[in-house]
Amino acid sequence: MSMQTNFVTPVAQLKAYASTAGVAIAIPSHGEPGERSRAVASPRDLRTEPGPIRFVVIALAVSFLTVFVVLPLVVVFASAFSKGISAYFAALAEPEALSAIKLTLLVAAISVGLNLVFGVIAAWAIAKFDFRGKTFLITLIDLPFSVSPVISGLVFVLLFGAQGYWGSWLQAHNIHILFAVPGIALATIFVTFPFVARSLIPLMQEQGTQEEEAAISLGASGLQTFFRVTLPNIKWGLLYGVLLCNARAMGEFGAVSVVSGHIRGETNTMPLLVEILYNEYQFVASFAIASLLAMLALITLVVKAVLERRLDEGQIPRNDPGDH
Amino acid sequence: MTIEVKNIVKRFGAFAALDNVDLKVGKGELLALLGPSGSGKTTLLRIIAGLDWPDAGEVRIDGEDALGHGASERHVGFVFQHYALFRHMTVFENVAFGLRVQPRAVRKDEAKIRARVKELLDLVQLDWLANRYPSQLSGGQRQRIALARALAIEPRILLLDEPFGALDAKVRKELRQWLRSLHSEIHVTSIFVTHDQEEALEVANRVVVMDKGRIEQIGTPGDVYDNPATAFVHGFIGESIVLPVEVSGGSVRLAGRPLNIAADGAAAGASKLFVRRHDMQIGPAGTGSLEGAVRHVRSFGPIQRAEIALSGGEGKTVIEIDAPRDRELQAGEIISLQPRRYRIFAAKE
Ligand SMILES: Nc1ncnc2c1ncn2[C@@H]1O[C@H](COP(=O)(O)OP(=O)(O)OP(=O)(O)O)[C@@H](O)[C@H]1O
Ligand SMILES: [Mg+2]
Repeated sequence: MSMQTNFVTPVAQLKAYASTAGVAIAIPSHGEPGERSRAVASPRDLRTEPGPIRFVVIALAVSFLTVFVVLPLVVVFASAFSKGISAYFAALAEPEALSAIKLTLLVAAISVGLNLVFGVIAAWAIAKFDFRGKTFLITLIDLPFSVSPVISGLVFVLLFGAQGYWGSWLQAHNIHILFAVPGIALATIFVTFPFVARSLIPLMQEQGTQEEEAAISLGASGLQTFFRVTLPNIKWGLLYGVLLCNARAMGEFGAVSVVSGHIRGETNTMPLLVEILYNEYQFVASFAIASLLAMLALITLVVKAVLERRLDEGQIPRNDPGDH
Repeated sequence: MTIEVKNIVKRFGAFAALDNVDLKVGKGELLALLGPSGSGKTTLLRIIAGLDWPDAGEVRIDGEDALGHGASERHVGFVFQHYALFRHMTVFENVAFGLRVQPRAVRKDEAKIRARVKELLDLVQLDWLANRYPSQLSGGQRQRIALARALAIEPRILLLDEPFGALDAKVRKELRQWLRSLHSEIHVTSIFVTHDQEEALEVANRVVVMDKGRIEQIGTPGDVYDNPATAFVHGFIGESIVLPVEVSGGSVRLAGRPLNIAADGAAAGASKLFVRRHDMQIGPAGTGSLEGAVRHVRSFGPIQRAEIALSGGEGKTVIEIDAPRDRELQAGEIISLQPRRYRIFAAKE
């Protein structure tokens, strides 16, 4: 019971969390808050609202969004192109920039890939089985949501750093985790872990185990059941989780900043490079990279809106015997 | 194929959902599992199908130990109470599923699978729905597709969990008759769960009555109706009038007054007298064991249903009887009642 109340507004939480990454900017295009107020306010309430008040409220909302969301976006692109298109592309072609882009893509690929697998397994275990310590596992999945990313990064420093638990052993065996790709990947995996699991758990809980049981009783093996029944049923939720996970993985700053070591051309991801370049007054280069991240955000938003529409369709209980 | 269930015990925590259940189902039988909600019917079916495991006991399908095999190896057709159709597949693909997941060595080729699915859809008379999705079907159609899907694997036995539970009365009745004729066509050994006694009595060769994880009685529909083995079965199957009586020295007393019926060997002590509604003989006042005032009469079809406030004792006991309409009862009239057929069971506790 407590478990289910935990998941009342997972999507809202995910959105809130994603937006802290500065990537998926939460324009309430298709969002839950908007839907809720639409549901609460009856048409009559809306009509009795005098015209001027309605106008003021809408104007306030629009100007707020303009100032806090649209304006920054415009500034990013304007600054990036302030010295012309050629300067923009030259900045992106810098070896440091290219290496940051490559590193970001690599880390995102690793963490999204692993979190996809872990997330599906964790969601599967939580949604479809009863076992001791389930509540604990759910809490554990949420941990990255509730811990500051900087602390998350520090945990890895404590574990793998020179003065850390395993530091001397790692040094003795010449294994580099901190200030190298593995450390950045680990930190990113940690902070992005909840996305896939969280977007799947409520979906899988709602769907129950009936279809899987039907598949098994029809002679399907475990793998056949997973690929032919479970996966098709969760695919939109899974894509949704992967999308948010990816946005966060590419945009993550805090945790990565702690473990990266800021080695130029080696361990700087795009967000880190943006900050470094900015601090060095290389505004065009800094905003050029930032514009890539902003574009990622815009693409994420569009895909997210499409996915949410698919998810809403999928959530109509189509197999419910009570609805005929 | 036969099914044999021996001394099955299934506990959820400290609660015994099945308590020493013993059951044999013969070849080609259509057996109804009847019992109130929570009596363990679904649990028993799930154990036979391999979707759940007992804490003790044996399950044999055709003499062979089934507990050594998982659900996917048992070749048991299971029709779920809520259909559990694959929502992302068309009706055709739903029915084909069991054929498509077979090991490559025995899997039919595409043309044969198509032919087989077509045949099954014809059998359930829904071939025209092949390209629809489950969400586009009515409840009764989903139910028949679920059955066709279960039959596709040529199951050794067929288990149906409240197959008509979610349907309205008229559709239920149709499907009931349809299921019975289907069974006489394909003759697969089947267990069919219901908590609707009329359904059980109408469809099945034999009826198993369960309560609280135990089997109360196994018998033909006529048997369980006419010769209920326990007070529970008498009360559960068919409508009964139940009166608290005292048995002592071969006589039966209601609220201290002796009734003119034999104790039939019932043990002395507090007991319950069970009489079917239509087994009360009506006579003029002063001629029977019981007497009461007619409070209310409703007539429909060949019978009249009367509410009678029994006199004597606290005078609070009100019973409902069914009487033929050869003698019209009037509200306010005092009549006597004599049980024609009855059963006495010791009162529990
Ligand atoms: N997974 C479970 N965990 C705990 N208790 C369970 C579980 N499954 C069933 N039970 C309990 O076992 C008992 C029997 O359940 P079962 O589903 O077999 O009843 P049923 O006879 O099918 O009832 P219905 O007619 O309502 O479907 C019930 O009291 C139920 O609460
Ligand atoms: Mg049940």
